[in-house]
Amino acid sequence: MTELTKLTISEAREKLTQKDISSAELTESYIGAIEAANDSLNAYVALTFDQARSMAKASDERLAAGAGGALEGIPLGIKDLFCTKGVHSQACSHILNGFKPRYESTITANLWADGAVMLGKLNMDEFAMGSSNETSYYGSVTNPWRANGSDRSLVPGGSSGGSASAVAAQMCAGATATDTGGSIRQPAAFTGTVGIKPTYGRCSRWGVVAFASSLDQAGPITRSVRDSAIMLKSMASVDEKDTTSANIPVPDYEAAIGKSVKGMRIGIPAEYVVDDMPEEISALWEQGKAWLKDAGAEIVPISLPHTKYALPAYYIVAPAEASSNLARYDGVRYGLRVEGEDITDMYEKTRAAGFGDEVKRRVLIGTYVLSAGYYDAYYLRAQKVRTLIKRDFETVFADGVDAILTPATPSAAFSIGDETMTADPVKMYLNDIFTVTVNMAGLPGISVPAGINKDGLPLGLQVIGKAFDEETLFSVGEVLEQAAGRFSPKPWW
Amino acid sequence: MSVDTDTVKRVAQLARIAVSEEQVETMTGELNTILGFVEQLNEVNVDGVETMTSVLPMAAKQRKDVINDGGIPEDIVANAPLSEDHFFAVPKVVE
Repeated sequence: MTELTKLTISEAREKLTQKDISSAELTESYIGAIEAANDSLNAYVALTFDQARSMAKASDERLAAGAGGALEGIPLGIKDLFCTKGVHSQACSHILNGFKPRYESTITANLWADGAVMLGKLNMDEFAMGSSNETSYYGSVTNPWRANGSDRSLVPGGSSGGSASAVAAQMCAGATATDTGGSIRQPAAFTGTVGIKPTYGRCSRWGVVAFASSLDQAGPITRSVRDSAIMLKSMASVDEKDTTSANIPVPDYEAAIGKSVKGMRIGIPAEYVVDDMPEEISALWEQGKAWLKDAGAEIVPISLPHTKYALPAYYIVAPAEASSNLARYDGVRYGLRVEGEDITDMYEKTRAAGFGDEVKRRVLIGTYVLSAGYYDAYYLRAQKVRTLIKRDFETVFADGVDAILTPATPSAAFSIGDETMTADPVKMYLNDIFTVTVNMAGLPGISVPAGINKDGLPLGLQVIGKAFDEETLFSVGEVLEQAAGRFSPKPWW
Repeated sequence: MSVDTDTVKRVAQLARIAVSEEQVETMTGELNTILGFVEQLNEVNVDGVETMTSVLPMAAKQRKDVINDGGIPEDIVANAPLSEDHFFAVPKVVE
């Protein structure tokens, strides 16, 4: 961590444009920070420093010529789920052993076209399946935050745990991430960073390794709300290569920062008051309401009656889609191959050796719920429940609610190897209880750090918006950030 | 609904994942925990509710039916564990 790595994207952008600093200097500072921290935090699984240096050099030339792009010279980390040409892209799975794509994902191509610099590939839960970054083939990521007076290692959340940890520990200025059930917002909340999952269809999924295609959506993790607005503007695009990419122009999200929320109606869903909600989470939520009220918003009670069914429906829909998407890993076209007696034996051995336990669990659940005789009872019913979940949101928005405020997670970051979570997969799944409804309904949601608990760990609030109304989330998010302040961990690594 | 070890073995076979007897035991327990959790969906009245097919209203995109890519066999097989003459090589499948 240096003076340079402390800069937010917007601050660095200004200094780069003013030529107070060069991208080469900024990039070297981040390289130094990664070298100092990665052994402790395990946030990066592949480093691309040579590429970073040459990209920085090219950025400095463009900046000198006054031809810099929106992210010119800004060093970023890329989640391992994104395909980057000629560079490690394995979704942190052993089954993609050695895979180096011959193409670039649309999102990363957009970032490079805007001048960003790639530092390396970030750790994540295998195939984005997890809420603690403990399912990665490359080992757990450690949260740069620790409880007061404790040296116990905490999880950074997941699946974008490497992204969140790297951003919080200043090992990159911002990072790409993806969110299928909460994988951007939960790690952001656990690390005191900002994360937005945009509307389904806003960012192209082309070149992003698929987990559950109807739920997957990419977004940024950054150190400020403004930085998220800047990064999302570059990541989002209308893409012919993704049939689910929305044909709607990308607005200037940064223009929404600082816009007043006066007169906005902010919904507070009764169903998000869950049993055993820790006092610190209720208090944080109350504080969030008070801040928005002070800023002139109107706080209105709302009801989203099918909320409790979102997580069970998700655990049918997501594994079903995953079992189908992951059928492609068979040891033939890329990645790991374990030889067998015949081709079926080869498939079975390859997949047994290549997938970790959580991935196997979900592929098996998915295969079961889609199998003959069970399809109607499970998958079809879950997709009907999903319609009801979406209808709940449509109803409150039609009644004049502009955005919804909820906690981002039911707790602060927990320990690596937490026994109750390891013993019961459902306990781990409950981490996504406040975030998963948003994916089920295809809506945008932002997680903003809102406070520190009694143990000294960050907590986040979530703002949910209407489809393609990310701008309101940035306006509301900025109000929360202005009130709460920004948070960074004390370096111990 | 719950699954027994035979069902888990059959599902693992459908999913083409080799599993040991010991793994089947563990997985059966875990799968039943998850299936027990999703059971609560049966409380929901879904009569007359449409099945979700697209989370946002969007028409399927169409493009001109023209060749817009190709001629890159080296790229296609570049990551294959085993290939010959631009073909993916697999164990013999025809007797």
